[in-house]
Amino acid sequence: MHPAFSVVFFTTATGAGYGLLALLGVLAGLGFVPPDFWLGAIGMGLALGLISAGLLSSAGHLGRPERAWRAFSQWRSSWLSREGVASVATFVPAGLFAIGWVVLGRTEGWVAVAGVLAAVGAVATVCTTGMIYASLKPIAQWHSRFTLPGYLIFSAMSGSVLLNALLHGFAIGSTVLLAGCMLLTLLGWGWKVATWRYNDRLEIPTNANTATGLAGGTVRSLEWPHTEENYLLKEMGFRVARKHKARLRQITQVLAFASPVLLLVAVLALPWPYAAVLSTLAATVQFAGMLVERWLFFAEAKHTVTLYYGR
Amino acid sequence: MTCLPAHTDKKLGLVIDLDTCVGCQACVTACKEWNTGGHMAPLTDIDPYGGDADGVWFNRVHSYEHITEMGGRTVNFPRSCLHCETPACVTVCPTGASYKRASDGIVLVDEDKCIGCKLCSWACPYGAREFDTDVGVMKKCTLCVDRIYNDNLAEEDRVPACVAACPTSARHFGDLGDPASAISQLVAERGGVDLMPELGYHPTNKYLPPRANTTRAASVPAPALEPVRAEGGFLGWVDRMLSN
Repeated sequence: MHPAFSVVFFTTATGAGYGLLALLGVLAGLGFVPPDFWLGAIGMGLALGLISAGLLSSAGHLGRPERAWRAFSQWRSSWLSREGVASVATFVPAGLFAIGWVVLGRTEGWVAVAGVLAAVGAVATVCTTGMIYASLKPIAQWHSRFTLPGYLIFSAMSGSVLLNALLHGFAIGSTVLLAGCMLLTLLGWGWKVATWRYNDRLEIPTNANTATGLAGGTVRSLEWPHTEENYLLKEMGFRVARKHKARLRQITQVLAFASPVLLLVAVLALPWPYAAVLSTLAATVQFAGMLVERWLFFAEAKHTVTLYYGR
Repeated sequence: MTCLPAHTDKKLGLVIDLDTCVGCQACVTACKEWNTGGHMAPLTDIDPYGGDADGVWFNRVHSYEHITEMGGRTVNFPRSCLHCETPACVTVCPTGASYKRASDGIVLVDEDKCIGCKLCSWACPYGAREFDTDVGVMKKCTLCVDRIYNDNLAEEDRVPACVAACPTSARHFGDLGDPASAISQLVAERGGVDLMPELGYHPTNKYLPPRANTTRAASVPAPALEPVRAEGGFLGWVDRMLSN
């Protein structure tokens, strides 16, 4: 599948943003995070900023973005429509929570309730994003039990590493959160490696025989219907990633998982402000690594239409 | 509405005979010619006379080599929308632009509602939908809705343009939901198959596999023409004169 940068950035940014929003919503309501003005302004600004930037980026992927409002109508059948509804609905409790925290300076009572509702909305939205991909039967690498949990794990992982950087920036870093970040990053690493292993061993029942209805023997493409690449090949016949698969997987593992874990271990031993600098570096490196991971998620996925072209 | 109708009154579709298709591309050009002025018009071409031509087509004919124990053969394979009974391209649509008609089962796109998210083209395993980069919306085969119900055309012309154009009658149009229709009986008689049945899209269109090779054909080619014997007389003179 063609890895359009708008969609790669959209899923990565909203994943991290919703992860951070969910953690802030729950932890601030529980009193784990103090109702400090600047902490709220920067934390909620970062979460809602990542989400908004991602959603705007996804609108840039559309052929007719001025009609994007129509996408809220078909939530009965379409996961993309559900994603649109969930993302906009989440802005309501998230906005109330941000107002309560930043403007009124409180995170208890109804503000805490709004925080929990924002967290629920964030998790629901990430689920709908994952299901968009997991529901597509022509792409076997996405239509698997690894896709939806992967989106949730990576969202929690990048959100927690962002929150850790934020708290260390205010010199109120927590060892428990740091341990949580490391565990989630290791879980994400394990999940990604397991997903790759599953995809590499995937035996897809659909082949050139079933695609053409020609039973038995071998079916080899002799001639395409056209001499130049068409929409189908440009959109769904992307092959560069498969050529550099091993190298790109190494880059993903170094940036998204290994480096953040090592940096977070160093944060454990270092005082402020070094801990804050390394925590921010961990979040930045991980975000870059997740962009590569998401690029590979698209680029490695093989659509059944390529069978018609002998690819 | 992108929820699928529980029942369609008819299941209009195509049956494509892989035995008789000669890969002449007449259906391809007839489709483009009709539809670039039809329901989904225009079928935009980008750089049509340049070195990087691209454009929207609803029908594409591939050629394959099928090798079995019986030997090898070339199979020409027209590929277009199969108007599936459970089309995921419709249910994934977030705007309601894609829909399946309850009356005849045809899958269509309302170009005025399409936002060009391309998700329907990802959901179609057959590559039936093509994006028009110029207009910014998705396009697809309409089964020539603007021909098959068109009172302005003679009755025999009320078939999809690809069917009307086929010189070998490899394309057939009709109601596949009616077991008594000629097209359903053709499918039953020839053992018509679904494409990618394992994905569960239940395509309406069927493909008739090539007939088995027969043993009736001469196993040895006809003897080569023998050289004309040198003859005398008038015929010999004609032979010598024409050989000069």
